[in-house]
Amino acid sequence: MSRFGNIFYLCLLFGALWGAIATVLVTLLALFISGEAFQPQVTAGAVAGGLSGGLLTALPPARRSKGIIAACGLVFVIVLTVASGALPFGQAMSVWSIGQLIFIVITAWSTVHATHLTALGFGPTRERRYNVEVICLRFLKGIGLVAFTIAVALPFFVMVMMSLKNQQLLLSNPLDFSLNFGQGASALFRSYIELFTQYHFGSYLLNSAMVSVATVLITLFFAVPGAYAVARLKFPGQNFLSRSILLIYMVPMIVLVIPLYAIFSQLGMRNTLWGLLLVYPATTIPVALYMLQGYFRGIPAELEEAGLMDGLSRLNVIRKITLPLALPAMASVALYVFMIAWNEFLFAFMFLDNVDLYTLSRGIAELNSSEVPRQHLMAGAVIATAPVLALFLWFERFLVAGLTAGSVKG
Amino acid sequence: MSADTPPTPPKGLGPLAKREMRFAYLLLLPTFLIVLSVVLFPLVANIWIAFKPVTLGDLRAPSILVNERLMGKLNAAGDEADIRYRLRNSSRKSPIADISMADVLPATLDVLDVDERCTLSGTALRCNFGDFAAGQREDVLLRVAATQAYLDAPTNIKDTDAAFTFTPENILTNNSFTLENFRKLFNASDFWQVLWASLYYTIAGTVGALIMGLFAAQLMNMAFRGRSFLRGLFLSPYVAPVIAVALAWVLLLDPGPGGTLNALLIQLGVIDGPISFLGQRVAELNILGLSFNFPVALTVVIIFEVWRYFPLAMLFILARMQSVSTDIFEAAEIDGATPIQQFRFISLPQLMGIMAVLFLLRFIWTFNKFDDIFLLTGGAAGTRTLTVNVYEQAFAVSNLGAGAAVAVVVFMILLFFSFIFFKFSPEDEA
Repeated sequence: MSRFGNIFYLCLLFGALWGAIATVLVTLLALFISGEAFQPQVTAGAVAGGLSGGLLTALPPARRSKGIIAACGLVFVIVLTVASGALPFGQAMSVWSIGQLIFIVITAWSTVHATHLTALGFGPTRERRYNVEVICLRFLKGIGLVAFTIAVALPFFVMVMMSLKNQQLLLSNPLDFSLNFGQGASALFRSYIELFTQYHFGSYLLNSAMVSVATVLITLFFAVPGAYAVARLKFPGQNFLSRSILLIYMVPMIVLVIPLYAIFSQLGMRNTLWGLLLVYPATTIPVALYMLQGYFRGIPAELEEAGLMDGLSRLNVIRKITLPLALPAMASVALYVFMIAWNEFLFAFMFLDNVDLYTLSRGIAELNSSEVPRQHLMAGAVIATAPVLALFLWFERFLVAGLTAGSVKG
Repeated sequence: MSADTPPTPPKGLGPLAKREMRFAYLLLLPTFLIVLSVVLFPLVANIWIAFKPVTLGDLRAPSILVNERLMGKLNAAGDEADIRYRLRNSSRKSPIADISMADVLPATLDVLDVDERCTLSGTALRCNFGDFAAGQREDVLLRVAATQAYLDAPTNIKDTDAAFTFTPENILTNNSFTLENFRKLFNASDFWQVLWASLYYTIAGTVGALIMGLFAAQLMNMAFRGRSFLRGLFLSPYVAPVIAVALAWVLLLDPGPGGTLNALLIQLGVIDGPISFLGQRVAELNILGLSFNFPVALTVVIIFEVWRYFPLAMLFILARMQSVSTDIFEAAEIDGATPIQQFRFISLPQLMGIMAVLFLLRFIWTFNKFDDIFLLTGGAAGTRTLTVNVYEQAFAVSNLGAGAAVAVVVFMILLFFSFIFFKFSPEDEA
């Protein structure tokens, strides 16, 4: 066995960094959950992480058993407690004691585990550049995962938690996201219940659903024949069309909003859902057409020619051969169009004045005033986000395929 | 030399090809019509409006207001009185043409004299007034006498409303044009500042989202437990409604009591007092003795843009990375290339194509972006971009013409960028 080398020193460093990061994050988590004024003990965490990580990685990889990892975790707990002066979270252990114990264990486990994963397969020896890069990249990717996850999740976390609190508690201690389950479900979900009973959110939800589904149907109804024509039939201007579709798609909505507002006002169509049902498909049809024509091109033309030879008309070929084959593409286009229509804000905000016609986006904009308490605003945001997010996660595979098929819109 | 002409393909379309062409046009017709009416026509209309002095109030079409009154007392048969119609053009700015009025008089009144502009047939009264200038008032008088039948059963003459037909002058289609909108726009003290903010926002937002998307794609390209869950989570900023996430950010960054991030930073000892992330225009920073003004709100708005759109870049880059053949990496491995070298010399060149396309499309879309900034700051604190200015001029200041003028500028800049991009962009991808 060779002497200790660069990998060991790197592991010491990474252990210390993981210790510091885990201490900060777990302390913040404890702070959110308990509402106590915990302070992260970064230095103590770094020392503890460095020591326990060094202990673990000083052993050759084969000997890092579960027992050894647990022992290193114990070392972390002891060092953290000693180095922080028995205040591992910046507060005396008498405050929220059981919680503190649990969270110390979580900190120790995550630090040692992260160090273990970073050093997986590497002994404390001297290695060449290739392996140094591997271990450094592992650490950076770990940090990246943690950072991205927190950055993405934090606003959603705050959204959900605020919707379950009430304004006075939020203003007095904005970091206290502890939930009082003792008050019963109806009290916990009070802002949701009030939105549905007093703020017409039932009808907003219905309007949003109707507009979105209708937009999907109209879009598919127009885009499918158009896409088929562009993909399969030969006609003068075919190339020009398949290119210019995308250009339509780059026209900014804000340029269209003034003329449409003026014209729709004069035609009496502004404050109606029909107005939205005219505008939304017009903006989604070009995208849908572009995505679908790409898919139609991928279906072997021989299948359709066989149908034509056997005496089917063009329309029947589309209906009986092409469409069944294109179902997955249509599903992804439908999901994507649904998402655009459900999330649309500008036209709903400009066009709708009548409370009975509000979509969710428009309804939430109405809640955004100082007179409406924050938990209602955030509950509204959750109500608008939950359906589209659930739908999306459920059909993620389709949507991801559809998104990459030809859309960079947003 | 031989006089034989080489065989030429037949010119024009054969009957089958013609039928196919007609069928294709038929299938495309609905799409064409809806795009024409809701996208292309408004585009032209916007340019038209930009040259007109139109305000939000002008959209309410002018109409004739009427007040109908019986002047005098009808107490006995034979008493005479006047029925007076007082008409007014409701608009103080635009004339109304071809006004005519129709009303039904009670049969129980004897009409003695009618205004010269009116004709009476039976009980039906018709009047033609021609045109009214802006704000013009007119009175119409009818001399009537009461009959015994009227006194027995008095009817109120207001029971039958006077009906009008007229053609109001439409402020959108009339012939008054002005360059005032553009003159005001370019002379406005903050025009160049707005333009600069737009470009800064667009470039920084696009590049930031691309770089973050590249990082995220590297992470998602690893195999680990919970990867598909994390991918779903990473995509959620893009999928969630903009108003929901924007307002969550507003509350998260709130400088007042109840703002989570400020409370957190104070608790961690990073800052002393709350920072108004979305309300502070600039902060003076001192780095290495150089002090410069750091645009706070604009940067936060850009961070939001990056946060919301990195998932899209991630998806595309990930899809491209997974389609790169692994052979080339194995070869590099054998030749002793380190991971960073493999990324630098194999992955990155393969990704440049999709990155260029993403940059182009995202650049245009970020430049078009309105909702995000509008919901976060409403255009305050130096975050007013051109698109927010369109809204500000048209609907906050209520000057539709001025808003349309800004929109024309937006569209022109966009055309310019599109032209540059399509001229210099690689052919193959997209």
